[in-house]
Amino acid sequence: MTLKSFIHEAISPWMKNEGPESDIVISSRVRLARNLEHVPYPIAASPDQLAEVVNQAGELIGDGSHDRFGRLSLVPMEELTSNEKRILVEKHLVSPNLTEEKENRAVILSEDESLSVMVNEEDHFRIQCLLSGFQLEQGMACANDMDDWMEEKLDFAFDERRGYLTSCPTNVGTGLRSSVMMHLPALVLTKQLNRILPAINQLGLVVRGIYGEGSEALGNLYQISNQTTLGGEEADIIKDLSSVVSQLIQHERDARDQLLEQSRLKLEDKIYRSYGILSYSRRMETKEAMERLSDVRLGIDLGIIEEVSGGILNELMVITQPGFLQQYAGRSLTPAERDERRASLIRERINLENTEEISDGGADA
Amino acid sequence: MLCQECQEREASLHFTKIINGEKTEMHLCDVCAKDKGDYLPGGKSFSIHQLLSGLLDSGQKFSQSQEKKEQRPELTCGTCGMTYRKFAEIGRFGCADCYTHFDQKLDPIFRRIHGGNTRHAGKIPKRKGKDMHLYREIEELKQEMQKQIAEEEFEAAADLRDRIRELENSLKEKGGDAS
Repeated sequence: MTLKSFIHEAISPWMKNEGPESDIVISSRVRLARNLEHVPYPIAASPDQLAEVVNQAGELIGDGSHDRFGRLSLVPMEELTSNEKRILVEKHLVSPNLTEEKENRAVILSEDESLSVMVNEEDHFRIQCLLSGFQLEQGMACANDMDDWMEEKLDFAFDERRGYLTSCPTNVGTGLRSSVMMHLPALVLTKQLNRILPAINQLGLVVRGIYGEGSEALGNLYQISNQTTLGGEEADIIKDLSSVVSQLIQHERDARDQLLEQSRLKLEDKIYRSYGILSYSRRMETKEAMERLSDVRLGIDLGIIEEVSGGILNELMVITQPGFLQQYAGRSLTPAERDERRASLIRERINLENTEEISDGGADA
Repeated sequence: MLCQECQEREASLHFTKIINGEKTEMHLCDVCAKDKGDYLPGGKSFSIHQLLSGLLDSGQKFSQSQEKKEQRPELTCGTCGMTYRKFAEIGRFGCADCYTHFDQKLDPIFRRIHGGNTRHAGKIPKRKGKDMHLYREIEELKQEMQKQIAEEEFEAAADLRDRIRELENSLKEKGGDAS
């Protein structure tokens, strides 16, 4: 398989459309937790009960056609190889938890992979809408539509006082977790982020690295999400998060201007060094790759590097993960082999950029 | 060394437990360790639920003497069998009915997790929650009526009362149990 067609398959179609503010906001995600009435949660349910939930999900999507979301398909986890599961995780379509369990776990996917519904993760259903750029409201509308559509046929556990009942008390009420992934290199470089983060936490929002709880912020990427799910209306939760994100975007833009004005040469040097290393190195660990890619992406956004397209960070971020590297290699790899493959894949990708336009990846399909 | 559980795979997790001088050793492979994950430290990555359990458990720590435990019947969900102790330990409900069975303990927990909130104010499911829309509207109208009465706007209050009666009647006709 050529790199071009591999990328074409590896990158979810939703990622190819550049969303609003995509120079800073990589993606927006909205998730709703829902459970069936009268069926214990996955943690307490019997295998038969879990199988029945998967069964109902299958009946629900029927032949798969759906007005709003196009074709939907149900993918049982036990039919996938461990590497295929890993790739779903690296695409952020399912959680690692879903792939750890042995049976009766599944995911419903829309064709463009912007909509996914995990079946029998911590809750019976986890509806997720993932969109590029800053599109929280659209994500909310999408998740809401799917919720309404599912509720026409399924009886969800709902209590007048507590709202949607969930397995974990941190999700009860709206079951809504909304988050955005942001690229904030200038705020990190100017050391302003450390002052901003505590304030954000006080507003009931959580800031984390890209791979969830406790993870380090690789490549200056931060995930910001709402913490409380009970007591507020969905629209207000989205609005609160959006207003903080808007302010962060403004701060990041100001910091970028400030850097260009006050230390342009130093910044250019940093960016070109990273570009050079990505273009020529022979071994590359994930952490370094993410840092260098972040620099190059900043260079592209600031117009310092002109010959590379902005989507490169998003793309390479996904395809240099272990699961994708192994799929591209067609076999499992040791960490050392991965570092070697990662470096060569990045070189190859940058070369592609210099020879032709691949941004839509459609020509090869 | 072979895994002591399955005797098939190579043991990769070695775990020594010393409690009151009594030493137990465990040697497990990845697969068996995962099965036992809940009981082993480090067997599963530290999760939000472990953090939560610290939060849920407070209040129990003080009543740990053995006799007291036996005297008081443990709070248990009649539907799925989840005990409050287990819930506090794993930080997760077993089924929707746990919310009813543990209700007396939940308000303080929700308040802590959800910034002081204990009641849902968001979306109501369209089909199943049809009557709940009415309940919520009646509730809001009643509050509004009390406000009007307090401000001595009796005419407006009377209009609201009529509207509330209307809504309550429509609930009764549907067989709902409006009080």
